Amino acid sequence: MIQALREHPALRLVALMTPGAFWLAVFFLIPLGIMGVISFMSRDAQGFPAPPYTLSNYQNIIRDIRFAPSLSLEGGLSIRLFEGLYLDLFWRSIWISLVSTLITLVIAFPVALFMAQLPRRYRNLALFAVMIPFWTNFLVRTYALQFMLRGNGPINTLLRSLNLEPIELLFTPTAVLIGLVYGNLPFMILPLYTSLEKFDWTMIEAAHDLGANTWSAFTRVMLPLVSPGLVAGSILTFVPSIGSYITVDLMGGGRTNLIGYSIAQQFSASVNWPFGSALSLVMMIIVTIAAVIYFRSSRGGSRAVI
Amino acid sequence: MVLRIKSFAQGQPLSALSADTSICGGRGLSEFAVELRDVTKVFGEVVAVDHVSMGIRQGEFFAMLGPSGCGKTTSLRMIAGFERPTSGEVYIDGKPMGSTPPFRRDVNTVFQSYALFPHMTVEQNVGFGLEMKGVPRAEINRRVKEALELVRLPQMAKRYPRQMSGGQQQRVALARALVNRPKVLLLDEPLGALDAKLRKEMQIELKALQREVGITFVFVTHDQEEALSMSDRIAVFSKGKVLQIGTPLEIYERPNCRFVADFIGETNFIEGKVKQIDGEFAVLESDGRCFVGRAGEGLRVGAQASLSVRPEKAQLVEQPMNSANCYEVRVHSVAYVGSDTRVIVMLGDQHFDIWEQNSLSTLDPNYFFGPGERAWLVFRPENALILAE
Ligand SMILES: Nc1ncnc2c1ncn2[C@@H]1O[C@H](COP(=O)(O)OP(=O)(O)O)[C@@H](O)[C@H]1O
Ligand SMILES: [Mg+2]
Repeated sequence: MIQALREHPALRLVALMTPGAFWLAVFFLIPLGIMGVISFMSRDAQGFPAPPYTLSNYQNIIRDIRFAPSLSLEGGLSIRLFEGLYLDLFWRSIWISLVSTLITLVIAFPVALFMAQLPRRYRNLALFAVMIPFWTNFLVRTYALQFMLRGNGPINTLLRSLNLEPIELLFTPTAVLIGLVYGNLPFMILPLYTSLEKFDWTMIEAAHDLGANTWSAFTRVMLPLVSPGLVAGSILTFVPSIGSYITVDLMGGGRTNLIGYSIAQQFSASVNWPFGSALSLVMMIIVTIAAVIYFRSSRGGSRAVI
Repeated sequence: MVLRIKSFAQGQPLSALSADTSICGGRGLSEFAVELRDVTKVFGEVVAVDHVSMGIRQGEFFAMLGPSGCGKTTSLRMIAGFERPTSGEVYIDGKPMGSTPPFRRDVNTVFQSYALFPHMTVEQNVGFGLEMKGVPRAEINRRVKEALELVRLPQMAKRYPRQMSGGQQQRVALARALVNRPKVLLLDEPLGALDAKLRKEMQIELKALQREVGITFVFVTHDQEEALSMSDRIAVFSKGKVLQIGTPLEIYERPNCRFVADFIGETNFIEGKVKQIDGEFAVLESDGRCFVGRAGEGLRVGAQASLSVRPEKAQLVEQPMNSANCYEVRVHSVAYVGSDTRVIVMLGDQHFDIWEQNSLSTLDPNYFFGPGERAWLVFRPENALILAE
């Protein structure tokens, strides 16, 4: 048996893949299939999925979309051509997730850069520090964050002691954003750090030598060369943001609705599994498309490096 | 002696690149393309460069030679602007550089590791410097093409660095630097990563290229043969100090100290006391024998000194001669190496190397000395150098 594995690389590959493939099949693909089926079902008297099969769940998502051009300055400039209940929901989810990814990136990059430049013996210590939050349950950490932002929490206490107006943070979109950035930060720092640690600093010297100032050296040489970490970190941040539930619930207090939260509502409070399933699948498709576009557009940089 | 080395570039038409250099590159008014005045660089406890002063002339092929860790790279990096001197000043074309960043200095570097950008094609790499200077696209394309032709890689423009051999990457690195027509090109052991055969080829090519483009080259190497064969002048470094600056001929024939004599080429040392100094010549007494040689700098009567004689400048004869520097020796070993015969003799209890050129074609083994034989070692005073300790 071992002998056969040694001699046949193809066999070895199959043997290595089997446990993972089995796991994925049983706990991911089959439930996904079941969800797919449910999304085409109706509800019985108790609200549980039942035949007849129908397209109405999907129709409900797009039914109210209408052409309504608008321009608003709320939460940054936004130009809209269409609106509709779920369209808005998807749009807002993507928007907030994008913004949170961007903020996370801007905060994480200097941290990762700093870590990568530490003397070797301190780097593992820094990595350890980044991972410490994982030792506490996410729910607990989110409650702690909630406490921080409360009307009489530490932030507002500080503001008051400085004779400044307290700000209403909790249960606002800003609070959701803060929660998302906080929760996702390690997932951005770690892949960025991995890329930056491998970064060859003579590249920057070469760029300077050829007349590139600091900004050009950063954008033309460093960013493309660390793009694998950039892409990985962004996807690890963007995707969980869109589907986030705990953060939206605890930080947004149900007032800032994101698609992941809506889906959870359908499965619990509204007891509408078929509609929840349909929303989930649409979200999955959108996220997949977004990720593919992102991968494609950043491949120019990473292709030469990987 | 007259050295006649035929120029590799002689008779070749000058490329457009070199033609433009005289206009755009612009030879400045200063005598020196680069000058270091009393430059010191300290890293923590380590004095990497120790009060170095030197002037590199316009259009010169200048080598910085020395063993590993003697401060060559650090000196080069201070010229490029990657390091700032702890004290002293670097001048480029007569202007003090102070804290001028690398991207505002009219110099370019060929890094030892080449440091090509892996995410850019060859032409993007070569065009990067021009792009940073805001040169129009059409001109960039033209000059990149010229530069790639200059290093004989025109067909490789679309490749990525990792798809090329070490030698080709090296040429790309050269093209990437030269295309900017810098006042000075800095090269840090550029041939160090190449295998021996390719290195020889590149030495010739690099030298020819330098003549063709007329740019000042500052070339770091720890390979003395490389430095001797390529440079107009050489600065010999040791432990952060410059010991001697001179032409290859001066460095080899008139080393100014024991380290330089020892580091450049092969030599025999005989240690002793200075007995007498008489104008250009001096007498060294060692082990009861007296040797006459050229007096080096700073020699004092009674002081310790070393006599240095190159192995090819001493002879072995069968009979004693009535001349200075003739001593009986015993042949220790004989190695026939084709062009030369390398004999090691015992002068008292000291080894002494003699390389005799095999200028006579013979199959007679008795023509050569054999181990154990008695012989007389002679060398002319002009061929020996007495150096202060
Ligand atoms: N960035 C640095 N930090 C500390 N020490 C350094 C640094 N760069 C060089 N040195 C030290 O300075 C000395 C000269 O180094 P270098 O200029 O690289 O020598 P070379 O190029 O002649 O081999 C060495 O002892 C080296 O260890
Ligand atoms: Mg070096």
